[in-house]
Amino acid sequence: MKQKTIYDELKAKGYTRREFLKFCGIMAAMMGLHRSGVAQIAEALETKPRIHVIWEHFQECTCCSESFIRASHPLVGKILLELISLDYDDTLMAASGFVAEAGKDAAIKENYGKYILCVEGAIPVGSYGYCTCAGRSALETFKHEAEGAAAIIAWGNCASSGCIQAAHPNPTSAKPVHKIISGKPIVNVQGCPPIADVMAGVIVYYTTFGRLPELDNMGRPKMFYRNRIHDTCYRRAFYDAGLFVQSFDDENAKKGYCLYYMGCKGPNTFNSCGVMRWNDCISYPIQSGHPCIGCAEPGYFDQEPFYRHIPSVHGIGIEATADKIGAAAAVAALAGVSIHAVVTNIQKRQLIKNEEEFPVKKDEVDGN
Amino acid sequence: MEIRVVVDPVTRIEGHLRMEAIVKDGRITDAFSTGTMVRGIEIIVKDRDPRDVWAFVMRVCGVCTSMHGLASVRAIENALDIHVPYNAEMVRNIMLGTLQSHDHLVHFYQLGALDWVDIVSALSADPAEASRIAQSLSPVNAKYTPWGENSPGYFADIQKRVKKFVEHNPTNNLFSTNRWCWGSKLYQLPPAVNLLGLAHYIQALEFQKEICKIQTIFGGKNPHPNYLVGGMACAINMQDPNAINMARLNFVQEIIEKIQIFANEVYLPDCLAILAFYPQWTHIGGGLTNYLSYGDFPLGHYGDPECYQSKRGIVKNRDLSHLEEFDPVSLDGLQEFVNNSWYKYSVGKDKGLHPSIGETILDYTGPNEQFEWLGGDKPYSWIKTPRYKGMPMEVGPLARVAVNYAAKNDLTMELANKAVATLSQYADKFNGKPCGITLDSLFSTAGRILARSIDAVEASEYLAISFNKLISNIKSGDESMFNGSKWEPDSWPKDCKGYSLSEAPRGALAHYAHISNKKIANYQMVVPTTWNGSPRDPMGQHSAFEASVIGTPVAGFAPDSPEMALSIIRTLHSFDPCMACAVHLYDENGTVIHKIDINTPQ
Repeated sequence: MKQKTIYDELKAKGYTRREFLKFCGIMAAMMGLHRSGVAQIAEALETKPRIHVIWEHFQECTCCSESFIRASHPLVGKILLELISLDYDDTLMAASGFVAEAGKDAAIKENYGKYILCVEGAIPVGSYGYCTCAGRSALETFKHEAEGAAAIIAWGNCASSGCIQAAHPNPTSAKPVHKIISGKPIVNVQGCPPIADVMAGVIVYYTTFGRLPELDNMGRPKMFYRNRIHDTCYRRAFYDAGLFVQSFDDENAKKGYCLYYMGCKGPNTFNSCGVMRWNDCISYPIQSGHPCIGCAEPGYFDQEPFYRHIPSVHGIGIEATADKIGAAAAVAALAGVSIHAVVTNIQKRQLIKNEEEFPVKKDEVDGN
Repeated sequence: MEIRVVVDPVTRIEGHLRMEAIVKDGRITDAFSTGTMVRGIEIIVKDRDPRDVWAFVMRVCGVCTSMHGLASVRAIENALDIHVPYNAEMVRNIMLGTLQSHDHLVHFYQLGALDWVDIVSALSADPAEASRIAQSLSPVNAKYTPWGENSPGYFADIQKRVKKFVEHNPTNNLFSTNRWCWGSKLYQLPPAVNLLGLAHYIQALEFQKEICKIQTIFGGKNPHPNYLVGGMACAINMQDPNAINMARLNFVQEIIEKIQIFANEVYLPDCLAILAFYPQWTHIGGGLTNYLSYGDFPLGHYGDPECYQSKRGIVKNRDLSHLEEFDPVSLDGLQEFVNNSWYKYSVGKDKGLHPSIGETILDYTGPNEQFEWLGGDKPYSWIKTPRYKGMPMEVGPLARVAVNYAAKNDLTMELANKAVATLSQYADKFNGKPCGITLDSLFSTAGRILARSIDAVEASEYLAISFNKLISNIKSGDESMFNGSKWEPDSWPKDCKGYSLSEAPRGALAHYAHISNKKIANYQMVVPTTWNGSPRDPMGQHSAFEASVIGTPVAGFAPDSPEMALSIIRTLHSFDPCMACAVHLYDENGTVIHKIDINTPQ
């Protein structure tokens, strides 16, 4: 029997062709594809069966799942529930206990080598008992499930780089996905949590093209993590003009000037907040007056204090003065500020730094 | 004969919960509640800048996101003696009311509903009948316009969509159609009411996205919005598009109105209609008899509990005519025990410690390979056991309703009386016999679920009241949002302590902070699910989860059957467990002492 395609299913559910193409259009725009991308997505959805997804929770706070169910466009939300076959997700599924586990085992067996493993949370390796589910450690469970996965989506900062539990002194020896296994395609969907529409975009990309999107050398999809928040921030003009908030709620804060001096990590943080914004484009931290705390960067909790501004790059064109910033970095290092926070002020250097810190094997990031 | 039952994972909750139970003569006679995950957030916040701690502890939980952030800035401000501007108090109330409305709704529909609503039965329901029932459910509060979307066509459409969804992949889908015990006698709703529940499950999934937009406006994002010690970061400027202005406030007001309508016209009526078909569950799952609520939603300075809209106190022995005081500072009042947890104390494992002088040393003594049974004869959880003057307490929406009822809060009394009367009337009618539902029926699994929907209506009222107060204060010319007088660490005392008591969606939440030399010397959280989900104390007293599960009738169900699991999780879900919140630990000296004689994996 011919397997039903996603489009077949959507049709059967009563979606019109027009709604279907509209969805493809939204997704293409979200992923920054060329116009021809719409046709590509439409074609893929018309011809490919649903992918099976197993969604695991380890050391986490469930903010990624909470974010996921806030995907902004209603059509996106609806189709997402139907686009994938979510075979196991202990936050949402009806079954509990033995029945839940039996369902998962069956799904793994039936779709061995084909399913996507979504991981929410870090994995503690300090002791068997730090995180168990059904009497089994997170580490054992994860390794078992990763084995049969076609690819792994590491949701959020926990699975991508350890997040809160991995912050100093990392009491449970929490590790992100890519530090535990290799030889599998892994995508790090950064953020604490990631933006809902970014999560949706990654899944649609995979269903469309049958592989992970192009990743940067930290394993993040370039289409969402190409730019620093600073590069796309609507307050950037104030930065360039030298107009800064000096204290919360001062006259400049009321005018929405740049939050650089309040400790904004926008210049160090690669994410789409400035473009996609949050919860249906309502706002993002800077727009609501709070500096970015850099939650999409590895180790951001160890880069506090959050309200100390990153070393002086006041009123200068960033790329033009790379040398000056390099010098500032040395001074800052003496002052006890992490080099990472400083050097990354420049995109190019960020990439170099990343490569040093997170050497990612080609077969880990390559979709095939 | 005794049989052992394990439910692990307990799904549709936040985090990792395991429940072991012993069944004898068709009833659960003993139960062991285990938090199976630990992270160590209190250790991690040690030596950090106190102004940053809100961001760390907010990551305790992404479901009741924002709650620990709020509790943290309050505790730090208490330690540093900072009073935040009135506008900031109101915005924080609005954030809190938004959270409670959102959280309760998601709990009732996305997490809890499938315990009572039979998805498979809904697929064969008559949409016209579902529409008729939806329209006949009398609104609890006549001042709101109906929610709409209750036509037969609407229900038929939902039914069609879900049918296709389920048919495509009957074995593996969210509803686990082929594996779960749909159609079991445990599911007692008529098909049309099942369809009503299913339709509103999907509607709620859409609507919850709207609710959190309020947090996004004031906090920049959701989950995990931003807080600020000394006020809020969102400046007010009626003359500027880059600040909180009239356009933003109007948007907030619109959503608040929708929240009120949903809570009054959809959530509470659904809850009453569904529970009315399960009258026996008003006699199951009562558990403890003491209830604690810290109160919240200040109408003035947070430090003055007198101005709270939701009241503080303790109800003992379910006596709603009497309210006792809670003392947060007495060292032998609030205490945490670790006798059955994987920690140890320098003062001995059987002693309790007040959070301000507490200590925790990781001491995992559990199994080091895959296990079937933990049992209760040795430590069995990562959750500590809080007690007040040695007494176990239930916290959460039911405790809030009980405490506010005893405190003679007009809103609570009116809502609770009305809801109970309506439930009684529905139950008698639907079951064709008197079911004897009274105010005391609140102390049960069904009652706890009803209390949450009452609490959601209350939260939406406090939300609206706080919003109106904010508007009138801005009108009077006050646009201040931040008190920066103690922002600089040089203005702080060398050593100070503070605490905050707040009401999270799941109940009483305490944060205790000790600041020394401008850094966090010690930080501790006593969290709602720590109260409810903890193991037994040195006196052998159960906490709420265990106490409530004991007595559940499970005759005829195999130990690994879905029916057995369902009977247990119905009561557990009535608490809306949040395990990530419940488990955390800290060490006074910041050192983690591993006493684990095991082959540490990798």
